[in-house]
Order: sequence, then structure tokens, then C-alpha cells
Amino acid sequence: MNMREYRLGVSHGLPVGMGYFSVSFGFGAMAVSQGLKVWEATLISLTNLTSAGQFAGLTVIVAGATILEMILTQLIINSRYALMSLALSQRMGQRIGVFPRILIAFFNTDEIFALAMARHEPLTVPYLLGLGTLPILGWTGGTLCGALAGSVLPVSIRNALGVMLYGMFIAIVVPPAKREREILAAVGLALVCSSLFAWLPVLQKVSAGISIVLCTLVSACICAAVFPVKEEAAV
Amino acid sequence: MNILLYILAMALTTYLIRVLPLTIFRKPIRSRYLRSVLYYVPYTCLTAMTFPAILSSTTSLVSGAAALAVAVFLAYRGKSLIVVALSSSAAVLAAEAVMRLAGLL
Repeated sequence: MNMREYRLGVSHGLPVGMGYFSVSFGFGAMAVSQGLKVWEATLISLTNLTSAGQFAGLTVIVAGATILEMILTQLIINSRYALMSLALSQRMGQRIGVFPRILIAFFNTDEIFALAMARHEPLTVPYLLGLGTLPILGWTGGTLCGALAGSVLPVSIRNALGVMLYGMFIAIVVPPAKREREILAAVGLALVCSSLFAWLPVLQKVSAGISIVLCTLVSACICAAVFPVKEEAAV
Repeated sequence: MNILLYILAMALTTYLIRVLPLTIFRKPIRSRYLRSVLYYVPYTCLTAMTFPAILSSTTSLVSGAAALAVAVFLAYRGKSLIVVALSSSAAVLAAEAVMRLAGLL
């Protein structure tokens, strides 16, 4: 393996790893405060490596919903990874075989995907594995620390840590919404939709996992019909 | 239900979504509509998960609203992911400390 390429990947992944550590600390604290064991929270982070999907998955687990609901929730919320993997697949070209792809697929998060696509030089397997190294360590380690600390910390601190994930989501959504009115419209629709599910008595009966899925799809489908993306821009 | 089943279903679904396009479906999606839907999905999904759940995620509606306001403001100003996340956290601590001093909590 080309160590120079690997080390380069690791260094590029450092800020993402640090960011993941602090955000997953919040996930760990939140999971424990909702009744999960420390090892369960840590295992979720180690095997999933995705913020939004895990967060929704936690909601499904806590609600004691069906496995089908879990699969459906993950399918919808993580569907964007299919697009990212498609795009990454094109970038990787024919030289990279199936086995490395099987490994690299695991690390395809929003941030790692963004870093990989931003690289000017051709993508190599050691570079991509290097990119994923610190983020997976940071994400899993942060969850472990958050879960351990979460069970001894006072409620006010746990509350504060729990909103970190929301803070991260807001930080991802607001800048593009400010830049593109199409995205702003999508965000506005989703806001209205999820508020209806939260506050309308009839819709309140719908479980949290399903309502997230419905809001996500309904708003995205309406926006796609009204504002179809430009050719080649849809990643 | 066994929590390991949930975690397995969750991890497997997420992994399959990532690995299948990378190994099998190497051709890009043709349908413009489908690509458009997928383009908007991250934003609608993150929004639906954040609001209004953030308001009820803390002890009081006020501290949840403070976290939301601080995060939106800083994200609008273009602050980094980590700054926004930590600041919304700090907003909860500050709001709940003030309320405790005022005898509201």
C-alpha cells in the first residue's frame, strides 16, 4: 500500500474526525439518556457511521417500533448515500476493483464524500481509506465517551450535549438554503410538514420514524416537481 | 425486541445503500425527476428531524428555542459545523442557568 497516499488521506480527514468526535459525544449522551446501554450506543456508531440515520434509528428503537419501520427509515434518510456512491463510483474509474470498493463504501459519509470529490489528483485506494480512518475513530470514540459521561452528567449538561446533533444539522442546512431558493423552499416545506405531524391531533398518532420519512419524501417530491435540478448538478 | 436486531437492520440497510451503487450500479441515474428528489432529500430530512423536535429535546421549551435560534443565526453567518453545534449547546446551558436563577426551572 502506498503509505504516502494513505498519510495524506489521514491528514485531510483530521478536521472531520475532530468534528465527528464532538458531535457523536452528543449522540452517545443522548442515547444513554433515552435508555440505551453504553456498548449499544457505541456499537451503533461503529457499524453505521451516519449522523442523521443513527439519530432517526434511535427514535425508532426508543419507540419500540417494528424492524420494517427501521429499514424503511434508514432507506429514506440514507438514500442520498446511493447518489453519492454513484458519483464516487464514476470518479474512481475502472482501475479500482470491487474489493476496495466494498471497504470504501463503508466510509462514504457526507463529509468524506465531499473531501473525496474535491480532490484534484486521481483517487487512490490508500487515500480513500486514509480519509475514513480518523472519522470512524472519532465518531465511535466520541460516542463511547459521550455515553460514559452521559450516565454520570447532570441533566442540564446532557440536554446541552443532546442539541449538538441538531446544531450540526442546522449548520448543514442553513448555508445552502441561504444560497439557493430551491433548497430554501424544500426546507420550508419540510418545516411545515413536520410541524403538522407534531401538532395536529390526527397526525400526532403517526410514529416519529414514519413521520420523518413522510415529511422527507413529500417535501422532496414536491420540490423536485416544481424545481427540477439542472442536468449534471444533482449530487 | 432485541436491540441487536435493530442495530443489525440499521447497519445492514445503511451499508447496502452505500455499497451497491459503488460496486454494481456503475451507471448514473437517468431520470431527472428521481435525481431531483434525491438532491432535496438531505435538506428535507435534516429539517424534518430537527424541527420541532429540538424544542422538546431539553427540559424547557425556552432552552430548546434558544438552541435553535443561536444555531440558525450562526449557520446563517457561515460559521463552521463545530462552532454552530457547540454554541447551540452553550445556549441551552445559559438559558437553563438563567431560568434556574429566576426560579422558573
